Amino acid sequence: MASEDVKNSPAATVVFDTVAANSLVKELRSTVIAGKTKSYEWRASQLKSLLKMVEDRDKEICDALFSDLSKPETEAFIHEMALMKASCKLALKKLKDWMKPEKVKTTLGTFPSSAEIVPEPLGVVLIISAWNYPFLLSVDPVIGAIAAGNAVVLKPSEIAPAMSSLLAKLFGEYLDNSAIKVVEGAVPETSALLEQKWDKIFYTGNGRVGRVIMAAAAKHLTPVVLELGGKCPVLVDSDIDLTVTAKRIISGKWGCNNGQTCVAPDYIITTKNYAPVLIDSIKHHLVKFYGEDALNSLDLSRVVSSNHFARLTKLLDDDRVSGKIIHGGQTDKSSLKIAPTIVLDAPEDSLIMNEEIFGPLLPIITVNKIEDGINFINSRPNPLAAYLFTNKQQLKEEFVSNVSAGGVLINDISLHLMVNTLPFGGVGDSGMGAYHGKFSFDAFSHKKAVLHRSFFGDAPARYPPYTPGKLRLLKALLDGSILGIIRALFGWS
Amino acid sequence: METDLEADLKELRQVFNSGKTKESSWRISQLHGLLHLLEDRENDISMALKQDLGKHHVEAYRDEIGTVVKSVNYALKNLKQWMAGKKASLPLAAFPSKAELLHEPLGVVLIISSWNFPIGLSLEPMIGAIAAGNAIVLKPSELAPSCSSFLAETIRDYLDNSAVKVIEGGSAIGERLLEHKFDKIFFTGSTRVGRSVMSAAAQHLTPVTLELGGKCPAVVDFFSTSRDADMATKRIVWGKFGACAGQACIGIDYVLIEKKYASNLVELLKKYITQCYGDGPTGSHSMSKIINKKHFSRLKSLIDEPRVKSSIVHGGLLDEESLFIWPTILVDPPLDAAIMMEEIFGPLLPVITLERIEDSIEFIRARPKPLALYAFTKDEHFQKGLISETSSGSIMFNDVILQYAVDTLPFGGVGESGFGRYHGKYSFENFSHEKVVVMRSFLIDFWFRYPPWDDKKLQLIKSGLRFDYLGVVLIALGLKSKA
Repeated sequence: MASEDVKNSPAATVVFDTVAANSLVKELRSTVIAGKTKSYEWRASQLKSLLKMVEDRDKEICDALFSDLSKPETEAFIHEMALMKASCKLALKKLKDWMKPEKVKTTLGTFPSSAEIVPEPLGVVLIISAWNYPFLLSVDPVIGAIAAGNAVVLKPSEIAPAMSSLLAKLFGEYLDNSAIKVVEGAVPETSALLEQKWDKIFYTGNGRVGRVIMAAAAKHLTPVVLELGGKCPVLVDSDIDLTVTAKRIISGKWGCNNGQTCVAPDYIITTKNYAPVLIDSIKHHLVKFYGEDALNSLDLSRVVSSNHFARLTKLLDDDRVSGKIIHGGQTDKSSLKIAPTIVLDAPEDSLIMNEEIFGPLLPIITVNKIEDGINFINSRPNPLAAYLFTNKQQLKEEFVSNVSAGGVLINDISLHLMVNTLPFGGVGDSGMGAYHGKFSFDAFSHKKAVLHRSFFGDAPARYPPYTPGKLRLLKALLDGSILGIIRALFGWS
Repeated sequence: METDLEADLKELRQVFNSGKTKESSWRISQLHGLLHLLEDRENDISMALKQDLGKHHVEAYRDEIGTVVKSVNYALKNLKQWMAGKKASLPLAAFPSKAELLHEPLGVVLIISSWNFPIGLSLEPMIGAIAAGNAIVLKPSELAPSCSSFLAETIRDYLDNSAVKVIEGGSAIGERLLEHKFDKIFFTGSTRVGRSVMSAAAQHLTPVTLELGGKCPAVVDFFSTSRDADMATKRIVWGKFGACAGQACIGIDYVLIEKKYASNLVELLKKYITQCYGDGPTGSHSMSKIINKKHFSRLKSLIDEPRVKSSIVHGGLLDEESLFIWPTILVDPPLDAAIMMEEIFGPLLPVITLERIEDSIEFIRARPKPLALYAFTKDEHFQKGLISETSSGSIMFNDVILQYAVDTLPFGGVGESGFGRYHGKYSFENFSHEKVVVMRSFLIDFWFRYPPWDDKKLQLIKSGLRFDYLGVVLIALGLKSKA
């Protein structure tokens, strides 16, 4: 690939093309072969540096998030920095445990033997992160990759440029540059990276690019984790605590990067009877949280870019949709802001009901009875998360067993991704693979099966020439029954 | 034909959506169906394997029938436990709530199997797919046609045909299948085809497991007793020639040994080859044949290279008519010859000599990661070095191939030998989605969760996330201002 224009990385004087990508990977491979990233000491030292980095430089991180997304400081703190710190601390605390081999029982058929499963690093991994939580979604997978003993290339999203260059700077200062690198850029740089052979690729983003990444990985037989998205539905019953429900929905939708979150409620389903009650409560609490002029509230992130702004306003442009706006709808192109907007019963074939919204627009779909909502959800691609608000035990059970999603939450929104004992990942169109906590360590490891046999106790039955007697013994051995083995040995069966 | 395929796939999707395959009773009945198939039709299976591969009945039983029976029984025994949810612990900050992990089926899955263990490698993944509650398409390898038609005819008789279908054919059918969306693809075969399967899967965001191959080395340390030497040699012979005549993904590909012990090993190898497989050039009944002319020619060309031919110390005889290649030993063929660059997949055994046995670690690391690594050594220090300094799907000391039969060990590759794993509960997990379920109550809502934001709320949240509950109380009471 010839050098191309440097429009995407104005500060860079060197263009990152295939040749550069290739030598980058080579360099990291020799670091790995030298064994540097394998030791517990190295991994722990890198994790400690990451903690120091977020503690020393929290203000710069907050500022970059504000620059890229107008993210309120509290959101920056809770959703990005605190979660990253918790993840890092957990990895440090558990690293020795995670690195330990797991002893495993063996069966009579292979007696005498002992077995274990030994985790080992995959090698050199590529992490491509997203723009909506540009700090967390870059650093959290890196934590897993380091804990598992790999060398890492991080490609942050160019749509959050302030964070991208901050990460390049901070990683350069705090981490071991011979093993951990940041490559900034857009499509050309990412393509150059994707042409190389990686031992794992971890991607957070959308399904369209996910397909491209998996196809590129296929050429090198590289396993992938794809953390994608989807339209996360919220089914709201009438038997609920209305205030708490409304507040949780609002904070899960607009309180998380103003709807630009992979697990944000995309749309609500409720009964025709209950809809007016629910809508009233949501409207009421929207005003309490964001004031009368929500468009200009400082407690809301803005839309990330003019492309996404155009995409979102287009969803409302449809006459059949704009006529159904029952709250909000105000937009300000110059500041890239869109007010919290509710749309009631948009047509099923409208764009807003078919694409992942990823913004502050909330369609509400009404059904006759609440169970119809479950069918509605199941007739659509598997989302990353599915939510239900109800006190009814039976409805809970039906929802849990019939709705397939990465994760299912009853009576709250998004919490599961804050809990690092739970795997976070999708299914079907919402992705493959999972991470967080130990699952991150596992995602970047190969679990090698190790079987020790002794020279003692060899069964001649194993070797040709084969005879019926040997067959009988083999059957018994595979059966694992001592009696059968004894009988076969004595020729009694 | 076109409509048949589409109709089949449509039926599978409908049956899956109806929830039938999710029921534990269905899964148990299908697993029993497999058991009956294997018990009733043991002879037919043997015959099909004899026809396709010249496999001896005992080998067929051991590798393809007996192991599958064992796995079905293991699945039946553990199914209930696998299907039960797993409780997950939650931090106090998430109180009151509870969480669990539920395994649910992925949906309609595609299993593509290979020709070398055409029955075993079709049924073993199928056990996992059934146990996990999926609807299944099996595409057996067309290179083992008797086994393929056996499976097509028999599975229909013993299993639920509306949810488990066998679709026969070659690459054309394979390509057409791959155009459709499956919820998982499980592929056993070559790296070349593995790449195209994964590329096709990428278009639908379908997760895949690729069980590929590689050059599995057997590192041979010195033996202090002749008894150990004998036993190791027999196992090496078995691990090379006794598993489908070397056409096995975890069969030994080549041996690494210190120069000074090499001739001893070669003598012992010759002795045991003769003992197990007889002496004459006519086909041994105990060893399989080569699958077809194409692979026969491939193997022939590996040893036709002059520099390779001159390194042959035993065997080297081939019979094209019966597709039989005699167990062949080579000593130090050139490392850049095809026989040392490609996966051999046949009864040709290169013995590579090294100055010191420790050099084997470097040798192995310089090459693609294999599916299995074998080492015959009692030296614990050397064993530890091999485990930590090399990477492979699995590693086995002082024996070969048996790791395949251990239900508690995950079976799968790394790097070019593939990714994903199965056997035992790993099969169940392979075909499942581990869904997170979190239940919260409406009770106790922390008011500081919600905007409008101010510094006090921020400090409360900081304390909460640090699990500093005393801090939370003090700040809330206004007795402390910063977390």
